Amino acid sequence: MVSAYRPENLKEALLRRKEFRVIPFAGGTDLMVKGRRWSGLAPHFELPVLFIGHLGELKNVELEQNCLRIGSCCTLSYLLENENMPQAIKIALWMFASPAIRNIGTIGGNICNASPAGDTLPVLYAVNASVVLKNTNGIREVPIEQFIKGVGKTVLQDDELLKEIIIPIKSFDTIYYRKVGTRKANALSKISFLGLAKIKNGLIEDIRISFGAVAPTVVRSMEIEDRLKGKTKKYIKQIIPEICSQYSTLIKPIDDQRSNAYYRKIVSLRLLKHFLTKDIL
Amino acid sequence: MKKEINFVLNKKGVNITTDPLRRLLDILREDLGLKGVKEGCGEGECGSCAVIINNRIVNSCIVAVGTVEGAEIITIEGYRKTKQYKLLEDSFAEAGAVQCGFCTPGIIIAAETLLRINPEPNENAIRDAISGNLCRCTGYNMIVEGIKIASQKGKGLW
Ligand SMILES: Cc1cc2nc3c(=O)[nH]c(=O)nc-3n(C[C@H](O)[C@H](O)[C@H](O)COP(=O)(O)OP(=O)(O)OC[C@H]3O[C@@H](n4cnc5c(N)ncnc54)[C@H](O)[C@@H]3O)c2cc1C
Ligand code: FES
Ligand code: FES
Repeated sequence: MVSAYRPENLKEALLRRKEFRVIPFAGGTDLMVKGRRWSGLAPHFELPVLFIGHLGELKNVELEQNCLRIGSCCTLSYLLENENMPQAIKIALWMFASPAIRNIGTIGGNICNASPAGDTLPVLYAVNASVVLKNTNGIREVPIEQFIKGVGKTVLQDDELLKEIIIPIKSFDTIYYRKVGTRKANALSKISFLGLAKIKNGLIEDIRISFGAVAPTVVRSMEIEDRLKGKTKKYIKQIIPEICSQYSTLIKPIDDQRSNAYYRKIVSLRLLKHFLTKDIL
Repeated sequence: MKKEINFVLNKKGVNITTDPLRRLLDILREDLGLKGVKEGCGEGECGSCAVIINNRIVNSCIVAVGTVEGAEIITIEGYRKTKQYKLLEDSFAEAGAVQCGFCTPGIIIAAETLLRINPEPNENAIRDAISGNLCRCTGYNMIVEGIKIASQKGKGLW
């Protein structure tokens, strides 16, 4: 059996996707660990893999008038060094893994892996990112929160590849990001929290709040955010207990080898409180 | 199924025919005899298998060899022949940055890939650059010191 295909270009990759069942393989930092066997042996996968990490068509960042288009196979290092990357994304990338992992791990791989601890996800939810999926017939654009269905589950079809990520351009005055892990580098998140805010004339013009690793998918509530918009900082401070209890019902962490549900819940709500009391300008 | 794969290793062209999913680490150690590349964790976390691929540090235990087609790879064996290596070696000796030595090839690779882009790194930059490398012996301070010494003595070298 063929263990791996190496297409010349995106068109050929999509043809392979259409003809055979294959596993897309970008940086391989998730796949090589998942398929790992004894040292000395090649990793094992149920299906042949399709190398896509080298495809130039998937490795560009393009700045358009209202949005940024990020190719799915851009490495995390490349994005960290890219001058057009929004600060909120850079902050998440800065704390991601280690230089050696960031040098080959891709943003598309992090999204498609759909791990609750995927560190690009809270920020991608917060900035209203969408993903472009492509097959031989054409493309479709799906908002990130509709793309990810659960732990390791996405709406990607067998004949599709994630082509690019679209991020609407928008600036924020406050960016508060915390990743809680066991070790500073190379540790998956126990919890992550991101708060973004834009204040105008003393009122909250825009606010975005997302939590990672505390539920099967990222937690973000547009309803709660909408209720905070147009309010003063002072008012928000008064209703913090109420806001916390609303988020508390959405945060459904689990116990696992990295942490436990109790710790995750307490700490994530404290990070929220900190953002609302101290960090909003 | 085997495939033909070409890349440049320590400045020499290599052509091998093998399963493209095999780990670059195994190709380097077992097929090509480069034992300076160490296996610690085998899952990307410790940096002992680090090599330079296209000017960047990468952990060879999580690289499928089929993905390095056309790439330029430097291992500690190739890097040893440079002036920069010699300076790092002396600086590490001066700082006491090597004890059992198992992590050292990976750490030297991390130091080189840092100094290449940032010849005068501050302490934070050094700690970030070696953040993916685990050392069971030194407690890291001596390693940070070793890299600082190399950066000071190596003005103009990087
Ligand atoms: C030591 C170590 C530390 C890590 N630390 C972190 C961390 O701090 N934070 C974090 O979030 N993750 C971390 N990870 C996980 C991993 O590095 C990231 O998820 C990375 O972004 C995956 O990208 P990749 O290109 O390597 O994915 P791959 O392994 O190539 O692929 C991952 C999944 O996505 C699919 N896929 C990839 N690209 C596409 C595409 N274009 N279209 C369709 N499907 C696709 C693959 O089929 C596979 O299912 C770590 C991993 C290791 C080994
Ligand atoms: S052996 Fe490769 S990172 Fe540990
Ligand atoms: S010197 Fe022993 S592991 Fe670093």
